[in-house]
Amino acid sequence: MTAPLIRVENLKVEYRSSSGSVTAIPDLSFEVAPGESLGIVGESGCGKSTLLMAIMGHLGPSGAATGRVLFDGKDIAKASPAELRAVRSGGIAMVYQDPNAALNPTLKIGRQLVEVPMLRPGVPLADAKRLAEGMLANVHLPDAASVMERFPHQLSGGQKQRVVIAMALLANPRLLLLDEPTTGLDVTVEAAVLDLVDELRQTYGTSLIYITHNVGVVAQVCDRVGVMYLGDLVEEAPVEALFAQPRHPYTRRLMACVPRLDGDKHTTSFMPIPGQPSSLRDRPPGCPFSPRCVGFTPGLCNHTVPVEDIGPNHRVRCFRHRESPLFEPAAQEIVAPAEPSAELVLEAKGLSKIYRLGGSFFGAQRRAELSANEDLNFAAKKSEIVAIVGESGSGKSTFARILAGLQDATSGKLVVLGSDLANTTASERTSEQLSAVQMVFQNPDATLNPSHSAGFPIARALKKFKVTRGGKETQSRVAELFEMVRLAPSLMRVRPARLSGGQKQRVAIARAFAAAPDILVADEPVSALDVSVQAAIVNLLLQIQKTKGTTIVFISHDLALVRHLADQVIVMYLGKVMESGPVSSLFAPPFHPYTEALLSAVPVPDPTAEQRHVRLSGETPSPINVPKGCRFASRCPRKVGTICDEVPPPERKGEAGHMILCHIPLDELAAIAPILQHKPSERAPA
Amino acid sequence: MITFIGKRLLGLVGTLLIASFLVFAVTEFSPGNVARKTLGPFAAQESVDLLYQKLHLNDSLPVRYVRWLGVLTGVIADPLQDPALKLDFKDPRGDRYFGNFGYSTLYKLPVNDVIWNRLGNTALLAGISFALIVPLSLIFGVLAGMREGSFLDRTISVFGIVATSIPEFASGVFLVAIFVVALRLLPGTSPLTTGGGGWSLASQFVLPVAVLVLYDSGYVVRMVRGSTAEVMSKPYIRTAILKGLSFKTVVWRHAVRNAMIAPFTVILLQINFLISGVVVTEMVFAYPGFGRMLLEASLFGDIALIEAATLVALAVATTTQLLSDLGYALLNPQIRVG
Repeated sequence: MTAPLIRVENLKVEYRSSSGSVTAIPDLSFEVAPGESLGIVGESGCGKSTLLMAIMGHLGPSGAATGRVLFDGKDIAKASPAELRAVRSGGIAMVYQDPNAALNPTLKIGRQLVEVPMLRPGVPLADAKRLAEGMLANVHLPDAASVMERFPHQLSGGQKQRVVIAMALLANPRLLLLDEPTTGLDVTVEAAVLDLVDELRQTYGTSLIYITHNVGVVAQVCDRVGVMYLGDLVEEAPVEALFAQPRHPYTRRLMACVPRLDGDKHTTSFMPIPGQPSSLRDRPPGCPFSPRCVGFTPGLCNHTVPVEDIGPNHRVRCFRHRESPLFEPAAQEIVAPAEPSAELVLEAKGLSKIYRLGGSFFGAQRRAELSANEDLNFAAKKSEIVAIVGESGSGKSTFARILAGLQDATSGKLVVLGSDLANTTASERTSEQLSAVQMVFQNPDATLNPSHSAGFPIARALKKFKVTRGGKETQSRVAELFEMVRLAPSLMRVRPARLSGGQKQRVAIARAFAAAPDILVADEPVSALDVSVQAAIVNLLLQIQKTKGTTIVFISHDLALVRHLADQVIVMYLGKVMESGPVSSLFAPPFHPYTEALLSAVPVPDPTAEQRHVRLSGETPSPINVPKGCRFASRCPRKVGTICDEVPPPERKGEAGHMILCHIPLDELAAIAPILQHKPSERAPA
Repeated sequence: MITFIGKRLLGLVGTLLIASFLVFAVTEFSPGNVARKTLGPFAAQESVDLLYQKLHLNDSLPVRYVRWLGVLTGVIADPLQDPALKLDFKDPRGDRYFGNFGYSTLYKLPVNDVIWNRLGNTALLAGISFALIVPLSLIFGVLAGMREGSFLDRTISVFGIVATSIPEFASGVFLVAIFVVALRLLPGTSPLTTGGGGWSLASQFVLPVAVLVLYDSGYVVRMVRGSTAEVMSKPYIRTAILKGLSFKTVVWRHAVRNAMIAPFTVILLQINFLISGVVVTEMVFAYPGFGRMLLEASLFGDIALIEAATLVALAVATTTQLLSDLGYALLNPQIRVG
């Protein structure tokens, strides 16, 4: 093996504050070879970002690192400010989690890019500009010269992330640190960014450290994976070996949380990790994972765990790793999801929502129409889960808002439990109609009032809908609802700021179920959460649905998740349904070219799987004044010809209510090869 | 852009109309009547009643308001200047011209002869103070905010709190005690005349300006500091640091402009304060300024002068608001006006 590019030796990171110090990373050692790509996986709060900041020498005034971080033979942990700047501007560069926040909003893109090469001696502005423009072209941003002149808010999230990557590469780094670079982006954008990272790695031979909470993502871009828990690397292995033989219970659980394209709720179920990571203040003695591990053995696991070599480059820190397949079985919890009954509870007939955008106050009226929903037709039965899938801007949330009564429809019918509510907004609905439809929103951090206790919104819903009378009854009902969403009753009086993201979302779910709804509208309820938390929430929803018989309208951009939990799927693009049908028919040919692209973008947690690459070019077009032909025509990889631009495509009906809106006949679409192909024998036991 | 400014100017005129009417309405509730005040306490009741009639003060409020508007726009002649009243009120500009604010019954002079002079004095005081407040606050605010919690930050913050929490009359008296009574370096009053104590005009400005700068920059420094500290914790500052830029470049190029966005409006609001809110300082130093004039006019019930002063103060406020909106758009590219 060649000399490592970076070697971390006995790194210890502490944060000191007036109330004492906490250890974020107790004792960490690893190395990355030149050209190698290391993935680091773990839940939020496990010290992954702290590790990157320690490598960058930027822990803030309260952080302190001991140990050695040898980059190219020099110790970064002891570097002077000037040496540190030299490393940052020419050795190690970083790509950040949220591209919207990582760029300075008041400086043009070009200005922010040119300062990177200009840090090197003897690079004048003109050269720096040329380099920056060239780099923007390399990260596949069309029209680089005009991007240079734009401000960050004039670019989409995916474009901004490309700019951030270009900015990092302009430093000619030998090591690139990526901190959750695709979290919060649409699946299609995520796939494109991962492709780009992979491609740039081939072109520039840069080493990578890639941090994520989603094991599925590292399968594509990494050679080696380290699994991190509370600042410890609990398992480290080449990517194939890790997926073929995960040994640490934590690794096995993380993998069992990733939704896969080859299973649904009737065959598999997620194995969420019980509880949440211990706080850094009360780190358990011995194995850090022991409080959450089903294989915890008293007297053994509470001693310090040594690192054990169990294969080529495969190291694990667990006393019981040989037995882990026994107590962490691949066969999962007994699944018994609810079965839809025949009773119709929700029906949309030709539902449309068009926003008319007025012109200016003085000038001539400019007629513009934004068609957010056009001609939506579907029906949902009792106890059914209908998933609505699409990228940002596809009109999914508009439909949710109409259903919840936050907006009215322009035309069409929306029959809920026998009455048409298309034009009845929340203020006009009766108490029964209101309690029949309840919502869970995407961002749990923003939906709970920070100055009320966690139990308050639930108690208020109970009183508002007259479910309970009197304080005593309300309190005991709130306690029941807390138990239903598996939250400790002591959390009822706690302010939301002290809850984790997953706990907040549980409170939101308890609030929605307080009114005993017939229909639950879940608008991206898990897309802001770690996969491990996502798995737990999805399991919870399925269990509650089983006992309550609630119909769930589940809005998501993640097809793998939808595959896991839905009975019926609706794929939307620019406000129009492209494909709909039962979940089983949607994930095998024939599928709509748009569904095909979405499927091919799903990160597959399996390095041996062959996933066909279908990538959409360009951005989602503006929904204002859409073309009269097929809406997807401008980005469709299977475009037939001018007919797609000019003639609205026909609804092609397949089996069991399967519908595809496309000019290509069904039998031709059916002949397309499936997206995923793998030999079952080589598959990792999940 | 031009439509934007045009709309704002229309809004300004509307605001001025509403405000002037409100001031008119409020004087209804103030005790005493204008005719009595005009003629003085020793005039016979008959002549007061006569003047009351001549001025049509028993007309309804809207009628009197419209008449005042008529005088202001030069459509009708100022009734107080009617020689038949024998008040000897004469305006060299005539009794009918645009911008005729009427006759000040307090100073027995045309309002236009009183107000601009006073406004000029105050503008001078405000201008010098503002020219010191802005750079001082920006420098110290950014210095404090760029390293939150540092020794420099704490020193500046404490100083800022102390300076703001001491009222102007207290710091005024305090400074007078030191520099006038004890050291005898500066004059204790600023009447803006060179006679009397023989103090130069420049020396008369030192203490009032010092009081205003101390009081006001303490507040602005804290605003700038808070905004800078917030910006310094933003992810894009981390991006800039991890690019390998020096700390100086990070602060100058990436932080300062973003940190200016929030305090900019507050800084421009200080102009309003400095024009019409410095009564206390003007009283302490006997400074012949706008605020003092407004206070005296209010106590006397000099409606013509109050109206004029209100309109001027409002015009200043609306103009600074417009400036702050334009500057805001300049600083923040996300809200450029079309």
